[in-house]
Amino acid sequence: MRFRLNGQQRELEVHPMKRLLDALREDLGLIGTKEGCGEGECGSCTVLVDGEPVCSCLLPVAQVEGAEVITIEGLGGEHPLQRAFVEEGGAQCGICTPGMIMAALALGPNPTEAEIREGLAGNLCRCTGYTAIIRAVQKA
Amino acid sequence: MAVGRNVARKDGFPKVAGSALYTDDLAFPGMLYGRSIRSPLAHGRIEAIELDFDRTGFTIVDCQDIPGRNVVTLLGDDQPCLAAGQVLHVGEPILLLAHADRERLLEARVEIRFQEMPALLNLLESDHSFKDILIQKGELEAGWSRADTIIEGEYRTGHQEQLYIEPNVVIAVPEEGGVTIHGSLQCPYYVHKALRVLLDLPPERIRVVARETGGGFGGKEEYPSMIAGHAALLALKAGRPVKLVYDREEDMIATTKRHPSICRIRSGVQDDGTLTALDIEVLIDGGAYVTLSPVVLSRGVIHASGPYRCPNVRIQGRALRTNTPPNGAFRGFGAPQTQFALEVHMERIAEQLRMDPVQLRRINALRPGDRNATGQVMGPDCSALEVLEEAVRRSDFHRKRRNHSGSLRGIGLSLIYHGSGFTGSGEVALNSEAALEVTEAGVRILVASTEIGQGTRTMHAQIVAETLGIPYEQVETDNPDTARVPDSGPTVASRTCMVVGGILKRCAEQLKERLGDRSPQQYFAEHGSLKVSRRYQRPEGLLWDEEHYRGDAYATFAYSCVVSELELDPDTYQVKPLRLTAVQDIGKAIHPILAAGQIEGGTAQGLGYALLEEVVMQGGVMANAQLTNYLIPTTMDTPPIDVHFVNRPYQEGPFGAKGVGELPIDGPAPSLVNALRHLGLDLRSIPATPERIMEVACASV
Amino acid sequence: MRTAISKLTLLQPASLQEALRMLDEEGPLRPLAGCTDVYVEVNFGTATQTRFLNLWGLPQLRYVRRENGILRIGALATFTDLIRSREIQEEAPMLVAASREIGGVQIQNRGTLAGNIANASPAGDSLPVLAALEAIVVLESRQGQRRIPFHRFYTGYRQSVIRPDELIVAVELPRTEGVQWFRKVGTRAAQAISKVVMAAVRSDPPRLALGSVAPTVIRLPRTEACLARGGSMTEAQEILTKEIQPIDDLRSTAAYRRLVCANLLARFWTDTHA
Repeated sequence: MRFRLNGQQRELEVHPMKRLLDALREDLGLIGTKEGCGEGECGSCTVLVDGEPVCSCLLPVAQVEGAEVITIEGLGGEHPLQRAFVEEGGAQCGICTPGMIMAALALGPNPTEAEIREGLAGNLCRCTGYTAIIRAVQKA
Repeated sequence: MAVGRNVARKDGFPKVAGSALYTDDLAFPGMLYGRSIRSPLAHGRIEAIELDFDRTGFTIVDCQDIPGRNVVTLLGDDQPCLAAGQVLHVGEPILLLAHADRERLLEARVEIRFQEMPALLNLLESDHSFKDILIQKGELEAGWSRADTIIEGEYRTGHQEQLYIEPNVVIAVPEEGGVTIHGSLQCPYYVHKALRVLLDLPPERIRVVARETGGGFGGKEEYPSMIAGHAALLALKAGRPVKLVYDREEDMIATTKRHPSICRIRSGVQDDGTLTALDIEVLIDGGAYVTLSPVVLSRGVIHASGPYRCPNVRIQGRALRTNTPPNGAFRGFGAPQTQFALEVHMERIAEQLRMDPVQLRRINALRPGDRNATGQVMGPDCSALEVLEEAVRRSDFHRKRRNHSGSLRGIGLSLIYHGSGFTGSGEVALNSEAALEVTEAGVRILVASTEIGQGTRTMHAQIVAETLGIPYEQVETDNPDTARVPDSGPTVASRTCMVVGGILKRCAEQLKERLGDRSPQQYFAEHGSLKVSRRYQRPEGLLWDEEHYRGDAYATFAYSCVVSELELDPDTYQVKPLRLTAVQDIGKAIHPILAAGQIEGGTAQGLGYALLEEVVMQGGVMANAQLTNYLIPTTMDTPPIDVHFVNRPYQEGPFGAKGVGELPIDGPAPSLVNALRHLGLDLRSIPATPERIMEVACASV
Repeated sequence: MRTAISKLTLLQPASLQEALRMLDEEGPLRPLAGCTDVYVEVNFGTATQTRFLNLWGLPQLRYVRRENGILRIGALATFTDLIRSREIQEEAPMLVAASREIGGVQIQNRGTLAGNIANASPAGDSLPVLAALEAIVVLESRQGQRRIPFHRFYTGYRQSVIRPDELIVAVELPRTEGVQWFRKVGTRAAQAISKVVMAAVRSDPPRLALGSVAPTVIRLPRTEACLARGGSMTEAQEILTKEIQPIDDLRSTAAYRRLVCANLLARFWTDTHA
């Protein structure tokens, strides 16, 4: 099967029902996407598929055939959201951070606090109380 | 200047880039995967174990394979690493399997026949106490006789799951005659000690590396010793690395939680609000084995009379055994339970005396020079009154209290304190060591303190940079590795900044003397490396009597006042928190954003404890062990949190710093429940779910 | 992950006709759309089927359009599609409200309305809306189409009229007059499973539907009749509490559900008072 991953065409020969999360971590070496629950509740495994945040733990690779997938590694490290998360204390233990940033990417420009809260409601963080995360997204 | 500035956190970039390596991100050549077979029964005798699968390629371990003693070494040495003949709780590990193919591992069927035994699931029915503690101050009888009113109540708190977002994971790699552990854990030397006993190996044959850890909150204090033991047993038998990773359900069913509690309080008060007597009984549910329950109880009872100067106090505590999974460390460590009880009780006193709850606390709050229940004299950094007044002022408490009255909005507060570092003589017993090493690039910190999100590396580096007068960037930090770092104690008990940071500061002072006017780099170029180490030094004058629970239980205390504003939905009894104001004294914020982050996160965790988080136990097992059914706050459940510091420096702390990590978990629950009380709802247990609120509301109609 | 993936089979049809043929000849197959329910079972090792049919490769099923005065929602339309659809916003605002409360954004981006119907949970957030809007579920097999009124779709707890050779291909919403009202009472403010869901229409006669209070989503014909004939709210609430059969479970209690349903009925009535 073929899809675009972080801007590059990739081919993958794995079981079509393998979770995208596992394909990314085990077959493609992209460990930045994390697993927190396996039930679509915590959002740690969030990646963008055709620009929309989805839980990669609930997605068979067969369903990204021909799609554009972006993971945290696709941002490079210097994205304004990444910088703001460091500066504002949006990352503490860091395990929710990649998924949180991927979900934040899909918010429109200059989101209000209410829009940020709604857009990130599918991402659980146990360290920050979300305060610093919201501040970081507003700053970026 | 490094201290007091918001420098870039050391682990910030790799975490936002997704390149930080957590244990589950690691793989080793030839690695197998492990699986734990657990008890489905709360109490029983194991009669037979049948392995109903093709054993090719499997490594199988039971209690017979343990080379040393079959215990998870901690306080009581009563908990087996693998059940031997009997099980005392659901989820108790019995057998371990490992295989290279995870699907075959998953499909392996093990049948265990038990003789089921009666299970004791209710702590009130237990007569087996792991620990009894009695604290006495003054004469209760004198207190009752001086009281105008006696007010009594019983308060209950439930389990709480730490719910770090990264589930437990450990990898054991067999080495020449020993083993190396890579894990998500808080206390590398706890694991090291446990493995020495379990594996009967000399200390130098065991190496423990704390990898990037995705949250702990106490949940990775003691249980990783169990998991590391399992992984090590499998790895040593197989002669190959073994990864043992728990999925969320296994993590929630098998690992420790906050102790449920029942507190009964009888208080004597005068008409003006002065407390004359407090008689408090504290019961906590320890679960099936001792683990940390005695010290959780200890912190719980010492905090049970709160930051108040009552002259006559008796506190009796018991940690009881039940056939449930052992409860253990969780941020706050007993203090959230007992201070919940006391702060709700204080609100009931104010209500009965028709008194302003602020004024009641103002009258009784500890001042410098006052003695708390163990007789400890409060130092000049005692700030109970200051945090109270500032929180009341910032939140506009009195105006809102008047304006909300009769509406669906409520406002309430709590005043708490939290002892910094280990209790009593704990720090002396730990005798922690920290070291600094001069390198080509500057200075390297050598401590066993783990980075679990709270900012250990950054804050330590700031203390060292500031003391040495070198740029923060020149201080190197790394994951603790017992092969390289001294035992600076566990990363728990709000001690990483005040205690370990304090030892590091003394290391840096010594190093500065040795360096003279040379920079570390110059020194290195001229003489090569240089290592300086220091051990914990008990501050002058601290005394603790363990037998009578008298004296200086903690080096000092941090203080907090939390004001909660909320709105009740009259149709559904759902609570919408509107705003939380958290004012605290942590002595000094080494890194203001990180310190505020601890408060914000702890406050949200406390809000979950108060309103949402309910562990439903059925037959001795957590029945809602999924994130769908055990609910922690989302962005939509967490209101804006106004964090403000009123810092009163502690002379013996590094740059005046006291403990911070646990402080924010104590206050939110009583504060929120007191805001509900402002609406006329007499709640005395948490979590205050809509179902409980409905019951209370209907009962009062 | 507790399921041995290598033991699973995924059939990948290139057209609806091929999908229907596969269901007929190679079944039983469990259809996969956004996977937000099925993959939770796969992760937990509780999925009982081993053969699956991937519908995601059939984009012709992903649409929302107006046809002859009715709204037709294709089987692959996601909750995000519904939230963004002007037609749904205009004609079925309570379906937008329900969609916004289903999971987080990640779930809304993959979860489908048809999947919510097929999953047949009595707590399905969109289902009371479909009941109150008197939706039609369009089933298709090689034998042709069947159009099932929503109130006849479920036959019991997690049971429906759908045959193993049939697929849900669309949902139709007839035009509905009156003010729509929706309220989900979840276990927390977001990403929650419902304890009670009420969808209602202030029309003549009024329509009421509830989720999580019976083995399936239900309409409340006797309560509706009481309100239609001008009965008092107290009387309507009494009838309502007899029309539902809530239970105690991990998430709530029967007593809570009963009282909250009665309260919501009154709230609906005052909120939609002209």
